[in-house]
Amino acid sequence: MKLGLALLLMLLLTACPDDQLTGLEPPVAKVPAFGDTFIEGSIGDASTLLPILASDSASSEINGLIYSGLVRYDGQLKVVGELAESWEISADNLTITFHLRQGVKWHDGAPMTSADVLFTYQLYIDPETPTAYAESYLQVKKAEAPDDYTFRVTYAEPYAPALMSWGMSVLPKHLLEGKKITASSLARHPIGTGPYRFVEWQGGEKIVLEANRDYFEGSSYIKRFVFRIIPDTSTQFLELQTGGLDFMALSPLQYDRQTDTLAFKRLFNKYRYLAFGYTYLGYNLKRPMFQDRRVRQALAYAIDKQEIIDGVLLGYGQAATGPYKPDAWVYNADVPRYAYNPEKARQLLAESGWVDTDGDKILEKNGAPFQFTIVTNQGNDLRSKAGEIIQRRFREVGIDVQLRVIEWATFLKEFINPGNFDATILGWSGGPEPDQYEIWHSSKTGPRELNFIGYKNPEVDLLLEQGRRSFDRPARKKIYDRFQQILAEDQPYTFLFVGEALPAVASRFYGIEPTAAGIRYNFTQWYVPKSLQKFSR
Amino acid sequence: MYRYLLHRLLMMVPLLIGITLISFTVIHLAPGEPTDMQTQMNPQAGSDLQAKLHKQYGLDKPLPEQYLLWLGRLVRLDFGESFAQDNRPVLDKIAERLPVTILLNLLSLAVILAIALPLGVISAVRRNSFFDRATTVLVFVGFAMPSFWLALLLMDWLGVRLGVLPVSGLKSLGYEYMNLSSQLFDRISHLILPVFIAALGGLAGFSRYMRSTMLDVIRQDYIMTARAKGLSERVVIYKHALRNALLPVITILGLSVPGLIGGSVIFETIFAIPGMGKLFYDGVMMRDYPLIMGVLVIGAVLTLVGNLLADLSYALADPRIRNSE
Repeated sequence: MKLGLALLLMLLLTACPDDQLTGLEPPVAKVPAFGDTFIEGSIGDASTLLPILASDSASSEINGLIYSGLVRYDGQLKVVGELAESWEISADNLTITFHLRQGVKWHDGAPMTSADVLFTYQLYIDPETPTAYAESYLQVKKAEAPDDYTFRVTYAEPYAPALMSWGMSVLPKHLLEGKKITASSLARHPIGTGPYRFVEWQGGEKIVLEANRDYFEGSSYIKRFVFRIIPDTSTQFLELQTGGLDFMALSPLQYDRQTDTLAFKRLFNKYRYLAFGYTYLGYNLKRPMFQDRRVRQALAYAIDKQEIIDGVLLGYGQAATGPYKPDAWVYNADVPRYAYNPEKARQLLAESGWVDTDGDKILEKNGAPFQFTIVTNQGNDLRSKAGEIIQRRFREVGIDVQLRVIEWATFLKEFINPGNFDATILGWSGGPEPDQYEIWHSSKTGPRELNFIGYKNPEVDLLLEQGRRSFDRPARKKIYDRFQQILAEDQPYTFLFVGEALPAVASRFYGIEPTAAGIRYNFTQWYVPKSLQKFSR
Repeated sequence: MYRYLLHRLLMMVPLLIGITLISFTVIHLAPGEPTDMQTQMNPQAGSDLQAKLHKQYGLDKPLPEQYLLWLGRLVRLDFGESFAQDNRPVLDKIAERLPVTILLNLLSLAVILAIALPLGVISAVRRNSFFDRATTVLVFVGFAMPSFWLALLLMDWLGVRLGVLPVSGLKSLGYEYMNLSSQLFDRISHLILPVFIAALGGLAGFSRYMRSTMLDVIRQDYIMTARAKGLSERVVIYKHALRNALLPVITILGLSVPGLIGGSVIFETIFAIPGMGKLFYDGVMMRDYPLIMGVLVIGAVLTLVGNLLADLSYALADPRIRNSE
């Protein structure tokens, strides 16, 4: 070790004068090479490495590297084959037949076949399995594996999200069959078919993976993947600067103000792209004051979305107009936008009967003042800060708003589940699939369901039903365009903003190609040129 | 003496049951459910997941029955399995976090004692001197300083700018490949900042306490007698006074035994140390009842044992107490 270091120093010393003479950095051969370690910082530890039981983002990220699905999204968010080489969808859109790759092996060497896929499906719909992802698989009428490399599913009705739902991680039948899934040792020592195999997991400290040299799409270049758990983002940032991390998600403040130094720019590349998901102000439509659409439109006019984006995200985001992010194929830009206009807001409020009759600068209707409380959960600064800005803007048009920030479990139990709230600031994270049935359909307004604001619109119901039955992208686009139009007019939520993901990656990593899908979709193609590799083991 | 000990030990059983009953009631009074984390706000979760999880965790039974079942398992030293998605035995989860926490707490306690006791003694002996006043100000500044803020400043200064100490964590990435002496060095360098920060806040309490007991003792008649005998000031202070002044400190030490397994969330979060504080905090946030109860029971047992040890060692150290029985 010490000898190696001394040799390295000597090399550096002898190499130095040449570089200084030319004043240029030594040219780097940008040739993909195997080796080096990628260290990522995460604020949370993974909970379980059995993807069927996991529902947190840290677990999903690790599981994504260890396991594979039949299909996945590529950089353009198109569905491409992973374990499936190809697939056919029947003319009536009811049956999907997957043809699996041959010769794929589990990390323990056993062959992967359609029996594993069928087993995984059965595990998802097993009433004994406490999984958070059963819904899409319960739509399946029949699943079968006619031979080792064919898997066929049949649905009772056409179901558009079906294809991508087979991107779920396929689990090894030979290791899980006949055992209780919640007691499986695979949760701590996973075995998959993905580009990385599991090495070790030190709880609360780090998870280490190593490249699967036999990966069916060809081995990835980066040899080791280390997932370091550092709960505090300030600490993460300090670690990033000392080289203890190669990747972290920066906060807007760090991205904007703290990474502008020459040293940082030399060592790291920063990226920015719109994240999936948006933050909204949702109104409880069972409350009489929010039942008039003009009132909700007035509230939208009273909010300056750009001011929130500038104040809360330092400009790293875009105004949301509906449930989809502005660069998605399904996004409809041509909807009412409600640019900040307090005059218009006052006028609409007056039309619906809210006027200041007693001169206290608060509007009244039938003698009752316009007062309500916005609730949001603790632990998300963006939401509480947005709430404070909104509070002030509402006050300016004569609405008295209180803001309450409540710890998450209490927030759900006491406010959202019993419908005991006026308005709430929350966010939805989504994906490329545009189906929004669970959130907006009128059948989903029951207790503990996701349409907790109680939005009911027969036309939206119809559109949502058509949308998930249609496989044709132009036809779906038309359906969801209309859906966004109605939501924008109805304003059951004031859609606030779509934030940006702001990752920083050590500059020795090459092969990163940002697209609408972000940067991580082609992680297996990232590499460090031999001369820049930092870790030899 | 043995009868006294047996009596004390027997008394601990009802006390412990009382503590668990109260803890159990209080955590179940807190709104929210362990299953909410997985089942709520997730478009893909089936509607019966809540019921499934309830059944799996035994939350569908009435509360008194849940308590008795839990107590029954506890008697067999089975703390149950965590409600978190990993479903691991609570004891495993605690055992994984405990060594680090105890190590850090022991080290910082040692540092506190090594610094605070001399400080307290000297402050008492030179009461109202410049030294006394200066240390008073300094230890209180340390006490009042937000530790997370100081920690971040030191991490930035020593870790990033000077590069002499690691920023966070417990060991470096290549730890497995190091030889024994580098491993030891690596370990120590990772511990310096956390121990320093943890000790800084505790200095005030101990040094003030030491100062006041020392002052009490110095005013005693026997000290005057010792001086009158013509003993040197050194012998008077360090032999006669200090020994007696240390007695109450033993009590404080006994009381800090349960503190050895308790961690601080903020502190562990800043230094990325996987300790008990973060484990417990996350458990509470998730309403992971078995984990919360497990940590509380261990804490309660240690508190009771600590109290007992304090009383016993007090009796051992002080003949007046020992003989009065």
